[in-house]
Amino acid sequence: MDRSSTNGVAIEFRDVSYVSPTGQEVLSGLNLEVLRGETFVLLGRSGSGKTTTLKLVNRLLSPSAGEVRVDGAATAGVDVIALRRSIGYVIQDVGLFPHFTVERNIGLVPRIEGWAEDRIRERVQELSQLVGLEPRLASRYPRQLSGGQRQRVGVARALAADPALLLMDEPFGSLDPLTRDELQREFLLLQQRLHKTVVFVTHDVGEALRLGSRVALMEAGRLVTVLAPQEFLRSGDPWVAAYVKAFKAGLDSAANRGTE
Amino acid sequence: MNIFQFMVQNHDQVLELTLEHLWLVGISTLLAVLIGIPLGVLIAHWPVLNKPVLASANIIQTIPSLALFGFLLPLPWLGERADRLAILALTLYALLPLIRNTYTGIRGVDPAVVEAGRGMGLTDRQLLFQVELPLAVSVILSGVRVAVVISVGLATIAAAIGAGGLGEFIFRGLAMVNNQLILAGAIPAAALALFADTSLGWLEKRLRPR
Repeated sequence: MDRSSTNGVAIEFRDVSYVSPTGQEVLSGLNLEVLRGETFVLLGRSGSGKTTTLKLVNRLLSPSAGEVRVDGAATAGVDVIALRRSIGYVIQDVGLFPHFTVERNIGLVPRIEGWAEDRIRERVQELSQLVGLEPRLASRYPRQLSGGQRQRVGVARALAADPALLLMDEPFGSLDPLTRDELQREFLLLQQRLHKTVVFVTHDVGEALRLGSRVALMEAGRLVTVLAPQEFLRSGDPWVAAYVKAFKAGLDSAANRGTE
Repeated sequence: MNIFQFMVQNHDQVLELTLEHLWLVGISTLLAVLIGIPLGVLIAHWPVLNKPVLASANIIQTIPSLALFGFLLPLPWLGERADRLAILALTLYALLPLIRNTYTGIRGVDPAVVEAGRGMGLTDRQLLFQVELPLAVSVILSGVRVAVVISVGLATIAAAIGAGGLGEFIFRGLAMVNNQLILAGAIPAAALALFADTSLGWLEKRLRPR
């Protein structure tokens, strides 16, 4: 993706800290900027604070200190419902409503926003096509779908009201490698067309390097560094090097075993 | 004369008492639903209230029914008519299964689903009516079912304070040492309970989220 064609800051974290209700400091002194139209990947281990960072954007959590700004406005000062409806949200277990059909799941936000029924139907069809869902699946329930199909519905649902900003929390984390590969490829194609601002959480280095315009590495509630994927492999930072090493270990090991 | 001949011969009275019985159970269940479900929703979202509310409902449940009818007698307005008293007592007994099942049902909704809904900008109200209650409905209905079955049985005791219902036959039969009279009250009451249990059970299965 070409970042120079888009400018401006979509999301900004200023000295953000978050202390959990149990008193544990999850994030401390976080400063970062997400540019409009880029795919900003938050990479880190479980417990590193990447999901917390994501939830601070749509105010599922509120910062204990500091400020989160979306489109220049501090999230603390805006109507939280309007804020969330203007941001697409995809999570790992998808969180599809089990009692809604695929069609109703995708049309959820347009419906609560009061769109006319024909317009919702049109939009659902358009989105199903966009994410590669067969029309015959529209009347199915989530449990009748495969993991990959559910994930597509999750993405379609997040895109329904055409938000400029998309938050994705390990959306492909529970998929098998081949389905994941397919969805990652489609994500890239989709992103070429839509140019959404995406914040993408993952612990998978390969996924981060493949999808990200920039990769932010987090460790123990702090931002280690933000790098473009090509810089990532060359970085001298010990944390980054550790990730790269872990990523390569499997391939190297297989290569070194030779043939019997 | 066997029991069935007796019931056929006195079908007017059997029918009248059965309808009275249904009225007591129906109204009290309706009231318990109107009070218990909102209370269950409340404690599911405000865990602080959870213990006091459930404990109170539990305590009510442990009061012997005859004693409860007695305790309620001095109440103004309610004490004037036995059926009002009976309905109040039955409502109180039906509260526990309703509150508890509503609470359990809502707490049992997958947190990922609720979080996704919240993240997409559903208001608390929309979350409750479009997500939590629909997903909890079969658990709540099973609470209604338990409440109704308990009420059908308990309502027979309401005859002791003159509230009518099928208990009339039973108490009369006890006083006259007449088993036939007892059965004339007990059989329709048992049938009512079975009918309520199966039909609500069927509904519960139909509404279970797929």
